[in-house]
Amino acid sequence: MPEANARELTFAQAIREALSEEMRRDPHVCILGEDVAEAGTPFKVLSGLVEEFGAYRVLDTPISEAGFTGIAVGAAMTGLRPIVDIMFGDFITLTMDQMVNQAAKVHYMSGGKWKVPMVMRTTLGATRRSAAQHSQSLHAWFSHVPGLKVVLPSTPYDAKGLLKTAIRDENPVVFFEDKMMYKLKGMVPAEEYTIPFGVADVKRAGDDITIVATSSMVQVALGAAELLEKSGISAEVIDPRTTWPLDEKTLIESAKKTSRVIVVDEGYGRYGVTAEIASVIAEGAFYDLDAPVKRMGAMHVPIPFSPPLEDLTVPTEKSVAGAAQALCSRD
Amino acid sequence: MTIAADHRETNSAVQVEQWLRVYRQMVSIRLFEEQVNELYTRALMPGLAHLYIGEEAVAVGICEALRPDDYITSTHRGHGHCLAKGATPDRMFAELLGKEAGYCRGKGGSMHIADPATGNLGANAIVAGSVGIATGAALSAKRLGTDRVAVCFFGEGALGQGLLYEVMNLAQLWKLPVIYVCENNLYNEYTHYTETTAGDIPARATAFGILAETVDGQDVRNVFATAKRLVDRGRCGEGPAFLVCNTYRYHGHHVGDINREYYRPKTEEQHWKADRDPIKLLADWLKRENLVEAEALDRIHAEVASEMEAAVKFALAAPYPKPEEVQEDVYA
Repeated sequence: MPEANARELTFAQAIREALSEEMRRDPHVCILGEDVAEAGTPFKVLSGLVEEFGAYRVLDTPISEAGFTGIAVGAAMTGLRPIVDIMFGDFITLTMDQMVNQAAKVHYMSGGKWKVPMVMRTTLGATRRSAAQHSQSLHAWFSHVPGLKVVLPSTPYDAKGLLKTAIRDENPVVFFEDKMMYKLKGMVPAEEYTIPFGVADVKRAGDDITIVATSSMVQVALGAAELLEKSGISAEVIDPRTTWPLDEKTLIESAKKTSRVIVVDEGYGRYGVTAEIASVIAEGAFYDLDAPVKRMGAMHVPIPFSPPLEDLTVPTEKSVAGAAQALCSRD
Repeated sequence: MTIAADHRETNSAVQVEQWLRVYRQMVSIRLFEEQVNELYTRALMPGLAHLYIGEEAVAVGICEALRPDDYITSTHRGHGHCLAKGATPDRMFAELLGKEAGYCRGKGGSMHIADPATGNLGANAIVAGSVGIATGAALSAKRLGTDRVAVCFFGEGALGQGLLYEVMNLAQLWKLPVIYVCENNLYNEYTHYTETTAGDIPARATAFGILAETVDGQDVRNVFATAKRLVDRGRCGEGPAFLVCNTYRYHGHHVGDINREYYRPKTEEQHWKADRDPIKLLADWLKRENLVEAEALDRIHAEVASEMEAAVKFALAAPYPKPEEVQEDVYA
């Protein structure tokens, strides 16, 4: 990261900056979604964009997720570069046909002739006391589908660089933002930069155990690594940043180096992102592992409302550190 | 002869030429589909085949009102739309047979023909799956100032899908140049539409303030005249329109849907074929008005028939895609 002109921005500011820079660079980039204009979304991530770019490019839609996502698919095929805003990740279920049967398949089904350069921005993450229909982390669903790319930024720096790459990509890209992270601060260069997809980032180097963490769980993993350091365990934290394309090489190399791996992701573990990553590591580093790969994710229940119950469903610094200690105490 | 009369003469010659082009296009679709039926029943065509026979006047009448750079989206019963928008039969057949020379290099097949060169955004095997795409193309046209129009073809079965109402609402709010063409061939697969469709069909569009009209979908002149008006209107920025074309599917839902008596009587099929055939209706009119000799129409049939035979031969001989192509085009 070039340090010279770096400023401290929140995650939300970094997103907004990526959007406004790309909208200035390319007049075909536009935003569609519910309350994206004057309201700037409930999370205020888009505040100020309609004032700069006008209602012509920041389009408030009715509450019709499938409808405006489908419109974005057609608009992307015919010359625009739409970014759709799906307020809560739980609402992606309403867009499934348009994303899975249309956006993801148009390029392949047409023998490579039509392209769908669109971005879907949406959210993930629990512990906001929003209950079962506003708290899920469903990024595994899209990661399962050939034709889609899936991005999970975990810092303001990554958010800006990855979103700019997403907007310039010629394919449908789904960009998941942890809604609890919008106020997280971090250094972001003032200079133009992008971050390529499929390149994992080592968030913290270590020797004894690898913690592969995504999105909201990266901060949890870093906190766990601090706790572990106090008990003499050196943890490496790796963020794949995109679940597809997936940087298998970096994950496998780290696993070979440390010989112990925990994979932590806020989605459900069953048939989820942690299952895929654990399998990649097991296949690629089996003979170098000293313990089975441990997976941690959301508890396999709908997210409950009651705060003490909700807090039980998500991995924490303490639970991740505890699991790491258990792995490291094995022979 | 006065200048005015001379002008009328030229005009009518142009019109005759147009109706002969329209006639040829309808015959092309009819004979294309007869070849598909043949290929399928001889087990030379894999997959599914949904024939458009009987509905030719809708695709041809609408596409006659479009420019080459206007957009269409189509359906699982889409061969007619693709041909009417300018696809050639040889590459269509090649696609239907899964060959490399097909419009989608064999990766799409019968239900997914797409072709940027003719503005075909793609046939779609999800009922109402393309209504968003067509509306999005209209948004692009408006935003980019291209004055293109998008036509969204769908069967009356698509009236059951909520997506249609979401995008019609948006199209009217944003005054988008999109024409929703509802081909009412009376049957949602094997079920009469009155068993699935409450109320009045055009009222579903007028509820949004969208101009809705209904035409006899077997009368290509009427379909064309109405489409022309609605397309011109959309091109001028007056917003979307909804056009119900009443038509009939001569064959089953797909080739192989042979025993249809449980959902529709043979007498009904016979009535449409004998009295309501779109090709025959146009031929009768052309002859009645003394615009063309019967021999000219016969000649068109013969020319199209040999064109179709050559196209089938081309497709049958064409090579399949190479194995390494299976992983190409997943990402752009």
